[in-house]
Amino acid sequence: MRGGDIHGAIEAVRRIESPKLIASLARVVHDVGLAEDFVQDAFVAALERWPSSGLPDNPAAWLMATAKRRAIDFLRRQTRLEQKRDDLGREIAQKQGRTVPDLDEALDDRIGDDLLRLMFTACHPVLSTDARIALTLRLLGGLTTEEIAHAFLVPEPTMALRIARAKRTLAKERIPFEVPRGSELAARLSSVLDVLYLIFNEGYAATAGESWIRPSLCEDALRLGRILAELAPGEPEIHGLVGLMELQASRFRARIGPGGQAVLLLDQDRSLWDPLLVRRGLAALERAVTLGGARGRYALQAAIAACHARALTPDETDWGRIAGLYEALSQVAPSPVVELNRAVALAMAFGPQAGLELVDALADQPALRHYHLLPSVRGDLLFKLGRFREAGLEFDRAAALTRNKREHDLLIGRAEACAKKQATNDPSRPPGA
Amino acid sequence: MRFMMLMIPKEYEQAAPGAMPDAKAVAAMMKYNESLQKAGVLLALDGLHPPSMGARVSFADGKARVTDGPFPEAKEVIGGYWMIQVKFRAEAIEWASRCPASANETIEVRQVQEFSDFPADVKEVVDQFPDLQAMRHDTTR
Repeated sequence: MRGGDIHGAIEAVRRIESPKLIASLARVVHDVGLAEDFVQDAFVAALERWPSSGLPDNPAAWLMATAKRRAIDFLRRQTRLEQKRDDLGREIAQKQGRTVPDLDEALDDRIGDDLLRLMFTACHPVLSTDARIALTLRLLGGLTTEEIAHAFLVPEPTMALRIARAKRTLAKERIPFEVPRGSELAARLSSVLDVLYLIFNEGYAATAGESWIRPSLCEDALRLGRILAELAPGEPEIHGLVGLMELQASRFRARIGPGGQAVLLLDQDRSLWDPLLVRRGLAALERAVTLGGARGRYALQAAIAACHARALTPDETDWGRIAGLYEALSQVAPSPVVELNRAVALAMAFGPQAGLELVDALADQPALRHYHLLPSVRGDLLFKLGRFREAGLEFDRAAALTRNKREHDLLIGRAEACAKKQATNDPSRPPGA
Repeated sequence: MRFMMLMIPKEYEQAAPGAMPDAKAVAAMMKYNESLQKAGVLLALDGLHPPSMGARVSFADGKARVTDGPFPEAKEVIGGYWMIQVKFRAEAIEWASRCPASANETIEVRQVQEFSDFPADVKEVVDQFPDLQAMRHDTTR
C-alpha cells in the first residue's frame, strides 16, 4: 500500500478519471446519463474495496473494467438492448487479448476522441445554455452537483433536476455521441467555446452576490479549455479562447483591493499580474494567430487583453491598436457591448469626446437598456470632460442597474466623488459664488 | 490551488557538470509531462543542471558568501520541478504518484503560498507594506 489519505486519493482519481471513463462508456452505451451512472457505480465499488486493498496499480483500468461490468449487467437485464450488449462483449474480449502497454495506448488515443465527443454532446444546442453549463461542469469538470449548485447560487435539488433533465433530453432526442463534421463543426465548436467562456465569466465577474471573483469556476473553465486545446490542437479559436482566459486570469490578484473592493483594470497594480499566466496567454494567442485564426472572435479579445498585458504601465497601452481590434471584433461579432468597449478605447486614444459620441449613439440600443456599463462608461467620459453633475447621475443609474454588490459600492463611490467635485470644482459656478 | 512537484534524484548532488538523464528516461518523462498537459493541470516545468554547475550564496555572518558547486555536504538536491494547478492536495499527490520515476528518485509535493493562506496578522503586515504586495494573491480563494 502506498500510504497517505486513501479517501483523498480516491477523490483525486475521481476528478482525474471520471470524465475519461464517462466518455469511453458513453461511446459504447450511446447514453451519457447511463454512462455516468455506471462510472458512479464503479467509484462506489472503489470506495468499498480500496480502503482495505489499497489503490490498484492502474486505477483507471480497474474502474473501467468495473464500470463495463456494471454496464453489461444492466444491458443483460434489458433484453431489448441485445445488440448493444454484443458490441460491448466484443470490445471487452478484444481488449483483454492485448498486452497492457498496447491497451494503454489504444485507450489513450480513443479517450481523446471520446472526450471531444463528450464535450460536443454536453454543449449540444438542443439543451438550454444553463443545462449545457451544468452538464459540462458535471461530466467534464468532474464537479459534484453540490459544487455546481453552490457555484451558481441555486439550491442543490434544483441543480440536480437541471442535470437530470439535460441527460433525459439528450437521450430522448437521440443525440448521437459524435464530433460534428463539415459545415456543422464551426457552429458546434462555437457552442462549446461559449459554454467554457460563460463558466469562466460566471467566476470572473459574478452577475450577483457578494464576491467579485469566484475563482474556482475560472479555474474549471481554464482547465477544460486547456484540455480542449490538446484534444483539437488544430482549431485556432480554441487557442484564442484559452489565451483570453489565461490573460484575464493573470489579473486575479490585482482585481481585489485589501478591503475586498474591486479594482478596475487601469487602477490595478500591474506587478501583481501573474507573469506565468501572462506568458501562457500570449503563447496561446500566438498559436491561434499562427494557425490563421487572428480574426476569430476569441482571438481578437485575447489580442485586446494582450495589449494590456504588454503595457508595463497604463500609459504605455496602445489604445489605437485596441480600438482597431474592437472594430475588427464588431465586424466578426457585432454587438452593442463591443461598440461600447470600442468607445472606451477611442476615448483613451483620441480623448473623451471621441468616445462620448459613440456612446451617445448607443444610448437607444434596447440591448443596453439594463446594462450597467453603459451609464458607467458614459459617467466616466463625462467625468473626464469635467461635466460632474451629469457624470454623477450616470454613476447612480449604473449603481442601480448592477447586481454585483462590490460593483455597486464602486459605482456609488464614483457618484459621491462627482458630487464632491461638483461642490468644490464646478466650472459653471465661479469660486465664492 | 497551485502545487510545485520537486524532483529530488539521489546522487544528483554528485553529478558531473553537464550530466543529462538518458534518452529512455527522458522519453518516459515526456509522456508523463504530456499526460499532465492533456489533463489541463500543467502550468510550467523545468529541469535543472546539476549543482556542480551551480553556486550557493549563504549568509552565515550576515554577508553574502559564495560557494561554487558541487556541495559535498548536500544530502538532497533538486533536479527539476513541475508547477501544476489542481483542486486539492490529494490531486497533486495523485499526479506525483503517476510519475515514471526511478528507484533513486523522490518527488516532494509542496503547495504554493497564497495571500489567503497567511494568518490575519501577516495579512495586515502585507497590506501595510506596498513593497510586499508582490506576495499578495487574491483574497477570495
